[in-house]
Amino acid sequence: MIEFRLPSLGADMDEGKLLEWKVKPGDQVKRGDIVAVVDTSKAAVEVEIWQEGTVHELLAAPGGTFRVGAVLARLLAPGEKPGAAPAAPAVPAERRKVSPAARKRAEELGVSLEAVPGTGPGGAVTVEDVEKARGRGPEEKDKAAGMRKAIAAAMSRSKREVPHYYLSETIPMRRASEWLTRENARRPMASRLLMAALQLKAVALALGDFPDLNGTWREGVYRPSSAVHLGVAISLRGGGLVAPAIHDAGRLALDELMKRLADLVQRARAGSLRSSEMSDPTITVSNLGDTGVEATFPVIYPPQAAIVGFGRVAPRPWAEGETLRVAPTVVASLAADHRASDGHRGALFLAALARRLQEPETL
Amino acid sequence: MNAAEIRGQVLAALKRIAPELEEGELEPARPLRDQVDLDSMDWLNFLVALGERFELEIPEADYAKLGTLDELVAYLAARC
Repeated sequence: MIEFRLPSLGADMDEGKLLEWKVKPGDQVKRGDIVAVVDTSKAAVEVEIWQEGTVHELLAAPGGTFRVGAVLARLLAPGEKPGAAPAAPAVPAERRKVSPAARKRAEELGVSLEAVPGTGPGGAVTVEDVEKARGRGPEEKDKAAGMRKAIAAAMSRSKREVPHYYLSETIPMRRASEWLTRENARRPMASRLLMAALQLKAVALALGDFPDLNGTWREGVYRPSSAVHLGVAISLRGGGLVAPAIHDAGRLALDELMKRLADLVQRARAGSLRSSEMSDPTITVSNLGDTGVEATFPVIYPPQAAIVGFGRVAPRPWAEGETLRVAPTVVASLAADHRASDGHRGALFLAALARRLQEPETL
Repeated sequence: MNAAEIRGQVLAALKRIAPELEEGELEPARPLRDQVDLDSMDWLNFLVALGERFELEIPEADYAKLGTLDELVAYLAARC
């Protein structure tokens, strides 16, 4: 029997509200199928499943708020018969210790026990826990305030636990700008590229030699990733941001990367992201160039170990040998985790990134 | 299509990108990107939408002429 659990969709997620099931008992599912839609503090996320099987039982009702890791459904593995299944596991709230008074109080207040952290003996949920949790569910929060709180929690954790170091480099962008102008001049409007796409591709390619910057921490161990799943920080129109992944960005042709970026921005703002996009980034890029800032000093998004920032591409004084010119430049910054790399490696990465951006035709 | 109709089409396309837009508060001679929160992707999508609505290709070299609502309406009026 396969247990389908509510996945963590980022360091800032403790719980999620099940909005709807996309499957019903008897449905066949395969890896990557979307089975549910879950509302986190940031967005409604389409949750994928990563096992193959047949939906046996939906344990969680839409509208309920569940903690990360809660069993939401059970599936039969291929070839498995329902009768051969072990005793049905209950959803965590039913398996956890809950005092009768707390259970009664939860019913009175309409609080879902799955969302209540227990502080009593052995993690038991007490009346006080239930009362504290009242009004804490996403359905009762102001969405924007909830997102602010989630971002603050993740960033506080990052600043508390991750020993950041910061580096920056001013990168000449004349070649990239001229190449982009030439390229867009021959393209129809809908196929034109943004500088942001070139920058993302350059980051992804430059990371090939820097596994100490591209990876995630799991159970206290840093695990470099062979693929670059590039988290892209996207500001939302109502405030706040999300940073979903463009998977395997280093292997995508520039056109495809641009399409993925446009699609990701559109879906992020429409509140239609997928769980793998939220949970898979191995490094993030924060591009604030559109706002006109000179440079960014971003905060690493756990469990990742680095984040790259870009400021505005703009004409600035630029020395070539002993000649001072005005040339388009950008300040690229890197915040990286000293537990996984050191400043020497970070500096080499920024130099590699600068080299990549001098060869736009190879991106 | 007259200027008022073009203006209506431009604002409709813009509202699809920035639903929070209050049309009455837009100053037509002031750069749109100073008044509406539009990043590069929004701006590209906005111009692509205008291209589709007005069935024309807007060269990237012309983007600099299209900063304000007045400039957009004049540019489109000259080509429709």
